[in-house]
This record gives sequence, structure tokens and C-alpha cells, in this order.
Amino acid sequence: MSADPLHYSSLPSDSLSSAGEPKSYYSYYSNHEREDTSISPLADLLEKRSVIICAGPGGVGKTTVSAAFALAAAWLGKRACVVTIDPAKRLANSLGLSELDNTPHQVSGPWPGELWAMMLDTKRTFDELVVRYAPSPEQAESILSNRVYKNLTDALSGTQEYMAAEKLYELHNDDRFDLLVVDTPPTRNALDFLDAPGRLTRFLENRIFRILLMPTKAYLKTLSFATQALLRTISKVTGGEIVEEAIAFFQAFEGMEEGFRLRAQHVDQLLNDPKTAFVLVSSPQQEAIDEAIYFATKLDASRLKPAALILNRLYPRFGEVASLNGVQLQGDLKGFKQNLDDMRSIAVMEDNNLSSLLLSLTDVPVVRMYLLSSDVHDLDGLTTIANWMLGIDQSQQS
Amino acid sequence: MLGQAKVLIVAGKGGVGKTTLTAVIAYLAAQVGINTLIVELDTRSGVATAFGRSELLNYDEVILYSPDHSTNDSRGTVRARVITPDDALLEYLDDHGLKRVSKRLVSHGMLDIVATAIPGIKDILVLGKIKQLERTDGADLIVVDAPATGHAVTFLSSAVGLVDVAKSGPVRSQAIDVLEMLQDPLRCQVVLVTIPEEMPVNETIEAAFKLEDTVGVKLGPVIVNACYTEIEGLYADLEQVANSQGISLSPSELDVLIQAATFRRERIALQRMQLERLARELPIPQLRTPYVFSTEIGPAQIDLLAQALAASISMLER
Repeated sequence: MSADPLHYSSLPSDSLSSAGEPKSYYSYYSNHEREDTSISPLADLLEKRSVIICAGPGGVGKTTVSAAFALAAAWLGKRACVVTIDPAKRLANSLGLSELDNTPHQVSGPWPGELWAMMLDTKRTFDELVVRYAPSPEQAESILSNRVYKNLTDALSGTQEYMAAEKLYELHNDDRFDLLVVDTPPTRNALDFLDAPGRLTRFLENRIFRILLMPTKAYLKTLSFATQALLRTISKVTGGEIVEEAIAFFQAFEGMEEGFRLRAQHVDQLLNDPKTAFVLVSSPQQEAIDEAIYFATKLDASRLKPAALILNRLYPRFGEVASLNGVQLQGDLKGFKQNLDDMRSIAVMEDNNLSSLLLSLTDVPVVRMYLLSSDVHDLDGLTTIANWMLGIDQSQQS
Repeated sequence: MLGQAKVLIVAGKGGVGKTTLTAVIAYLAAQVGINTLIVELDTRSGVATAFGRSELLNYDEVILYSPDHSTNDSRGTVRARVITPDDALLEYLDDHGLKRVSKRLVSHGMLDIVATAIPGIKDILVLGKIKQLERTDGADLIVVDAPATGHAVTFLSSAVGLVDVAKSGPVRSQAIDVLEMLQDPLRCQVVLVTIPEEMPVNETIEAAFKLEDTVGVKLGPVIVNACYTEIEGLYADLEQVANSQGISLSPSELDVLIQAATFRRERIALQRMQLERLARELPIPQLRTPYVFSTEIGPAQIDLLAQALAASISMLER
């Protein structure tokens, strides 16, 4: 691929103007040194890793990127499954995800490998987990009908992240798949995904939790004065019923904490496994960049490093038109020039925003993906993106 | 829009310019003499930079914009503060004579335990604090920069959920008070912000129905941000136009200008489709603010957006 990524005009013209095709282009190069390599860093990931986790702020196109990853893998002959959270309706339909039943569906197509897709149902995943670890069906039932539990999946932040990680672990042990691609939930704090399994472990090990697990009648007697005061305070603030309901909830979990803790540890190990890759996806908007930097810092603190940075939804880079500089323009020509100036000012803004992110992620391969003139909502559109990810020039294909 | 309710909750998908529009609404209100308080729920918010300030916000109010008192300036001030659940809990406990245990509760991570057991309690503490501010005379208008839409629905539904779970106690009465505020269109309205693209529009429609159905909160107009403005001439024959002005463009220059023009035309067509779909599927008034071609959002851009928003509002009222 030899197209200069900075100049839209220098691309092979047929990749820009073939009718009916989404128009855009792709290029990649490492952060510091531009390399004219023929192997895309993303193709490399697809070959070497078994789990790809697409993380990043909301609204940057993670779902589309994740689906394109899985499709690219299918083109490479892999059996790939994408786990998505909340795909756009038309994209979901094209992936056969119109029904939400929490299991992978195979998407048929001309690729040599297999493409599977599923939409995560947080509540159902949690229910399944409860049923798996409950010592008896009765105990499972008492948890599932508890009001605190019913509210949990909707109201507790991090539950969706944890269940995504949980589903990932479950599918990882399913030998139908060589590669799993996970589209993480659009969190305000992208770190929640990394943190989620550990949070449950810590929660289960918490002293207060253990106290609450003690038999109802006896528990107050055995508590220290300080803890009693604490519990009374909580009751005062929240009303006694909530505390009772919460205690009932924790009691229902009795005997299950070990199973949950082990499970959470396994999930955590999988997230830290060398065959698991975190791919950071960001758009060039300042808010997204700030969050991506924050996430990269946190990954770094956990001694994890993103395997690649995908800069998505960049504006196309248009070249300069020297003949119009300093010329008094009129009418329609003025409009053309104004539009070009607008587009070029966006490019400047984007580069400006991106510089801090690129500085904080040295040595991470960077893949730039540009805005399409239409939304990607079908397999053709995804294939176009998948090809760019793999570094295959669309214009050279028949 | 500005005079109807004292609390405006600005909600939208991440990246649509929710914080920017929060600043724009507050700024616009100040222009017509309304003293405004911006409430952020996250210390990482960039709302201060929109007013040309660099400080991070915290629990104490800071003035972001004030009228010139030396002249006969009738504009209002804009202040801003952050409310986090931890802060709100501490204050709540202090207010309820539980100061002694409050520090310990927070330092032991108790709030996290309680929040896990009682979903929505963090949100209700924050909303309770907002309600308290609404009940005092500190500001004429409170603009809340809500969490991204998925979370905003959860955030605003917390009161409904807690009224259901808690049968007595202060949390229940707090939740009832909050719900009363949320359901009174003269006290509180939600302004949804979106951009004219497929996913954000979907999310906005979904959030709008959920908010009306489950919370019963009144929706103000929806603001569609980052709309491309039409540029005249982009549909003309470029070569002919250039020749008529005696300018000769090289083939590659022609190519660049035409590609750029095509790109904008296609984005505008896409935008029109989404705007029409939004109007069809979500029958509430639509306001539009333009895409800002600028490297950053500072006071100049806020002013520009405020003018556009004001113009859009007056179009609606006509």
C-alpha cells in the first residue's frame, strides 16, 4: 500500500469514485517511523491472538470495528465470533442479530473461515451464572426473585462489563471458535471492563459482606459495636427494609462466593493472557481522546499495553489547492474553496487532538480509518473496512 | 426553553457535544439575565475550558462567566460545580446529624457496598442534592450535564426504582421528593442532545421514550448538534466556474476540490435523512446547532453556538 495517508487526492482514483461503494481509505503506519510494510499490524493480531478486546470511549465506532475484525478473521480462514453489546439495528440485522438470545449465530458468506456473532444479554448472562453456581434450584430461584438482584443488572455500574467478560470466558472455552472479538460496553470509564471481574472478587471478600452473610438472628450479637453502629447508620439512611432485602440477597449467595471468586479469577487471567489483545479505539474528538489517554494510562499501570490503536472516524485529508491562495474568489468557486478550507481545518483540529494520545502511546501500531460517506450497515460495508484492516487495497481486487 | 423549568438536564450519547451544549445553554441564559448554575457529575468535565478557564471543577462553586458590573450590564452569571455521590453522601450524613460516622462510612468504601446492595442509591444522592439546590435561591436556572444517555436513563430512573424497593426511611422520602421534581414540567425538563448520525439518533429516540415512560419526565426540545451548514455552489460544474473567473486549475486541484465538495454533499444528504427520521420517530421540537470548524471549543465558539441556538429557538417560536 503506497498511498500517502495525508492526502486524499493522492489515492488511486478508482478507490474513491467507484459507484455504490462506500468511499474511504485506510492506511497504517507505526507511531514514529512510517513503514511501508505489507503486513498490517491488525492482520498480525488476527494471526497471533485468540481474544481481541476493543476498548475505548462511546461513540467512536467500536461495534463496527469489532464486527469488521471478526469478518477480517473469517476472510483469513479463522472461525471468529464477535460479541457485541448494542449494535445499530441495520448492522445487527445484517449480522443476523435480530433476535437477542445470548448465543452465537453463524453468519453465512463467501469467506473461507466462519463468522459468528452474538449480542450480549447482560441480565440473562448473570442469571445463567447464578443458576450455574447455586447449590440447589431453590437457592437459584430465591436469588433470581430477590428485588435487589432484579435491580442489580440495570442499576449497578460495571455489571454489563463484568457480564461481557464473563461471556468472553465462557466462549473462550468453546472450541467452535479460534478468535473472539469483544465489543466492550460504552462506559463513561473504559477501565470498568478491566476492573469488573476483580470488583466482584473484592466484593465477595469484603468483611461487611461476610458479616451480612451470617444467619439473620445471630448476626447482631457477634458484631463489634462499631459495625453495629455502621449497620444502624445504613438502616437509618436507607430504611430497614432495604437492609433486610440486601441481607436476604447476600444470604441467598451463601456458599456460592467461592465459585464466583474462582470464576472471576479465571476471567481476570484470561484478560491478562498473552494471547489476549486490547485494541484501543478512539475518534479524534477531544473528549474521546482524553478518555483514551486515561485508559492507556490505566492499562499501563496494570502492565498491559494496547496491541494497536485504531483512530476511527477521521475526516479525509484533502490536499491544498495553491492556485486559489490569495485570489479574490466569487460565487460558486468561493463555495468550493470555503468547503475545502472547512475540511482542512478539521484535519488540523484532529491532528492537534491526536498528538497527545500518540505521545502517550509510543511504539503502539497506529491504524487510521477515515469517515465513510455513508453509514456502514451491511456486510459489504464491513468487508470494505475489513479489507482495509488487513491492508488489502480494494482497487486491486476484481 | 430557558424560562419554563428551573432544572434542565442535558443528556446525550458520548461525543455528541453534551458538555458543550450545557455550556451553551448556560451562556445563553446568562445573556438574557438568568443566573445559571452548571452541575457536572464528573471532575474530569471540560466545561470550564468552554468559558476560557483552565481549572478543574470541584464541590465548591466557581464563577465561569460574569457580567461587567462597571456598566449597566443586565446579564446573569454562570457558575459551575461538581456533585459526586461520595460528596453528596457525606453532606447528606452531616445534614442528618451523622457527622461522626460519615467519614468512616466513606473511607471504608461503605458507599460502594451499600451501592451494590441498593442500586440507584448513588444516583439518588446526587439527584437529591440537585433537588436541594433547586429548592434554594442560589440560581435561577440549574443546567445538569448528565451522564451519557444509556447511563442517563439509569440515572434518572433511580428514583422510580428506589420508591419501589424502599418501603420507608429517608431514602424513600428522598426518592419521592426527587421523583416529584422530575415529574413536574415546571420544575424540571430533559434536553436531549444528539448529532445527525444513525446510532446517536437511534439512541436518542430510545432514551426519549424510556424517559417519558419510566420516569415521566418532561422532554424539552431535542438539540441536533454538529449539523453541516449548506454551502452554495457545491453542486455547480467546478471547471466551468473556475474558467469563468479566469482561473485555471490543474487536474489534481480540480480533483481535490471536487472530492471535498462530494464528501460534504454526501454527509449533508446523510444528515438530512437522519434529521427527517428523527422528526418522524420522535415528534418533539427540534433545535439545530452547527458543526464548528475550529480546533477547540472556547468562549468564541460558545458564543457562536449560542447565537445559532437562539436563532433556532426563535424559528421554533414563530
